[in-house]
Parts: sequence; structure tokens; C-alpha cells
Amino acid sequence: MIKEKMLRSAIMLALFAITGAGLVSLTHSHTEQQIKLNEQAALLRTLSALVIPNQYDNKLFTDTLTVTNDTLLGSDEPMTIYRARKQGKPVAAVLTAIAPDGYNGRILLLVGVNYQGSVLGVRIIAHQETPGLGDGIEIRKSDWILGFNHQSLTTLSKDLWKVKRDGGVFDQFSGATITPRAVVKAVYNTLIYYQQHRDQIFAVKPTQKDK
Amino acid sequence: MTYIEIVHDGLWKNNVSLVQLIGLCPLLAVTSTLINGLGLGVATTLILIASNVTISLIRSIVPNEIRLPIFVLIIASFVTITEMIMKAFYYDLYLILGIFIPLIVVNCSVIGRAEVFASKNPVNYAFVDGLMMGFGFTFVLVMLGGLRELLGYGTLFAHAEIMFGETAKQLKIIIFSDYQGFLLAILPPGAFFGLGLLIALKNWLDKKAAVNKSIVPLYSY
Repeated sequence: MIKEKMLRSAIMLALFAITGAGLVSLTHSHTEQQIKLNEQAALLRTLSALVIPNQYDNKLFTDTLTVTNDTLLGSDEPMTIYRARKQGKPVAAVLTAIAPDGYNGRILLLVGVNYQGSVLGVRIIAHQETPGLGDGIEIRKSDWILGFNHQSLTTLSKDLWKVKRDGGVFDQFSGATITPRAVVKAVYNTLIYYQQHRDQIFAVKPTQKDK
Repeated sequence: MTYIEIVHDGLWKNNVSLVQLIGLCPLLAVTSTLINGLGLGVATTLILIASNVTISLIRSIVPNEIRLPIFVLIIASFVTITEMIMKAFYYDLYLILGIFIPLIVVNCSVIGRAEVFASKNPVNYAFVDGLMMGFGFTFVLVMLGGLRELLGYGTLFAHAEIMFGETAKQLKIIIFSDYQGFLLAILPPGAFFGLGLLIALKNWLDKKAAVNKSIVPLYSY
């Protein structure tokens, strides 16, 4: 009697599990493509804010390589570099970098540089800085991040690649110095990395993207 | 039981956030702006309706001993499906609410309504209950989000475009221009203060209503 009841319960549970899993996988197969497109579109939107699309004719999105450099790119994880070329000649690169010393942990950023090494633009992709104080680094919240545009290692000396409080040229936010300081340092380090590795960056064949 | 009772229960008397005080984790986490609150409210409402209806439909065939695992299975399936659909069609909103969607699984209000109401009532009542509990929850999310956004940023309906498309950008109302911002309102403590104020307001209104009611018979004698 009890056995029969247990069996009935088990079958019931299994049936619901199968139906539930079935519905989820059905939805998954119908939305997978769209989700992938959305993620790419979001990244591409950021990328094209950094490198103007008519300046290159290759597939920025797939012409990538991953590099690892924990002192200059801020993490011992592999970082993606997107390369822009026109008729095969290198035009610009967008480097992913991490500012490891944000107020609330790591700040993930994209740094666009033209071939000569001037900043085309910087964007923050992910951060956990304090809302209302440190989040001014986001383009949605303020235009502070645009202050990097056109700067390079030659326009500003090492001592000027700092926030104003530390004697540099970049604004800090009232009440939040640590966040902009971390971002300025990360951008500077990224430029150093680019300067040291420019030829390698454009020479290496695209890294095959694992699915 | 009447529909009016269910509506009154869901929206006011037994409001998920103001009276039952459940499902607070997403409530406190996302309500930094009005639109964020609305987004999570709508998602939770849809899931409440879907889970209430399904559970009410299957209530007679589910053995009592295994009803909870089955409820969890159903709710988890619906939440996962909602998350995928949102990621596919409302990607910008997903970027903001994304991490809170899976939290709906553990939002006690959903399983709570399944257990207390949907598993004991016919499907039409369960549907209305899901809808109204969802509305009640959304109402509080929107009030709290609006309160915090107003105090914190001095605006209302900011970033409406992430829910309603680019044309909704002009929905944003700047209440105080040149506002310095009030950080506490945006940070998590602001959510606790705001919810506390809303609960106090509700209790005050209830008390006032009760006093009025008790006065009326006096005059009629």
C-alpha cells in the first residue's frame, strides 16, 4: 500500500520534472539566438563608440586575441583585444583591462587606442562602485570618462596621468577619489602595455573563439 | 469568498510587502529608481499569475506529500523561462534586473500564494489572487522606487526607455533641477527607511479608517 503510494509520488514528481525541463529547453532553443545577438549588439555598441565604424573594414568582433598581463592589464585572467584594420593595415585596437583597485573591487573597462597610441575613448563595462559617488565613471551618469579622449603617453607625462588631487590633470569626484584614481591608473597601464606590445598585438592571428 | 475580497486582500489588507513582509530581498535591492521597481514588479506579477494558475489546475492530482517540491519545480521553470524571454526581448532591462530575476524563485510570496491560496482554490480565484498580489507588490515597488529616486536623484521615470523603448526617454521628469542628490536614499539603508515609512503610512491610514468606522455607529444611534 505504502509502496504503491511512494511509486505514484515518484512518477508524479518525475512527470513534472520532465515537463518543466521540457518547457525550459523549448524556450531556450527559441531564445538562444536572440540572446546571443543581444549580447553581441551590446558589446558592438560600446566598441563602435570607441572606434568609429567607417574607419575599419574588418570584423572587429572576431579579429580578437587574448593576452594575459597581470601588472599592466590588472588581472591574471586572459583579456580580449579587438583589432580594427582597414585594407589589412592596423588602424586601432580596443583593449579590455581591469582596474583592480576600485573602491568596491574590480572595474572592468574597454580602452580604445588608435595605431599611434592615442586614446580614442574609454568605457566602463562593469563595476560595483558606490551609486551616486563613484559611478560617475559611467558614461550614462557623467561625461568624466570622455576626458581621456585624445590623450596619450606623449600628450601627458607620467606625473600628469593622475587625478588632480595627486597632481595630475584628471578630475576626481567630490567624495570619491579612489574610483577615478583607479580608472586613470588602469588606462595609463593599458597604454603602456599597448606601447610595449603594439607590433605583437597586430601580428598575432585571431584567437579561435571557443564556443 | 468574493472577488472583491481577493482584490482587497492583494492590494491592501494582506499586501505582500506592507503586511506579509515577504519577498523583501528583491524589493529592497532593486528599488533605487521607479522604473527598476516597475520592471521587477511586472516580472513578479507574471510569475505569480502563471504559478497560481498552474498550481490551481493541478491541485487535485498532486499528492499532498510531494506538493512542495512540485510547486518549486513549477515556479523555477516559469522563472527560468521568464529570464530567457527577458534576455531575448528586453535586454537592457535584463542588464539591470537580471540578477534579481532568479531571486523570484526564492521570493516567498510566490510559493506562499501557491501553498496558501492556489492549492486550495479554483483557477479563476487563483488567477485573480496572483494578479492582485502581484499588483500589490508592484504598487509598493513603484512607490518605494519613486520615493528613493525622488530623494536620491531628484527625478522620476528616469531610464524609462529601457522598458518602453526610445520614445519613452521624455517621460523622465526632473523635479528638482540642479539637485545635489541624497546618497542615503539610493543606498540600501534608504530602502529600509523608505519601506518603514510606507508601512507606517499604511498603518496610519488603516487606523484612521478604523476610527472613522467606529464613529459612524455612534451617530446612527
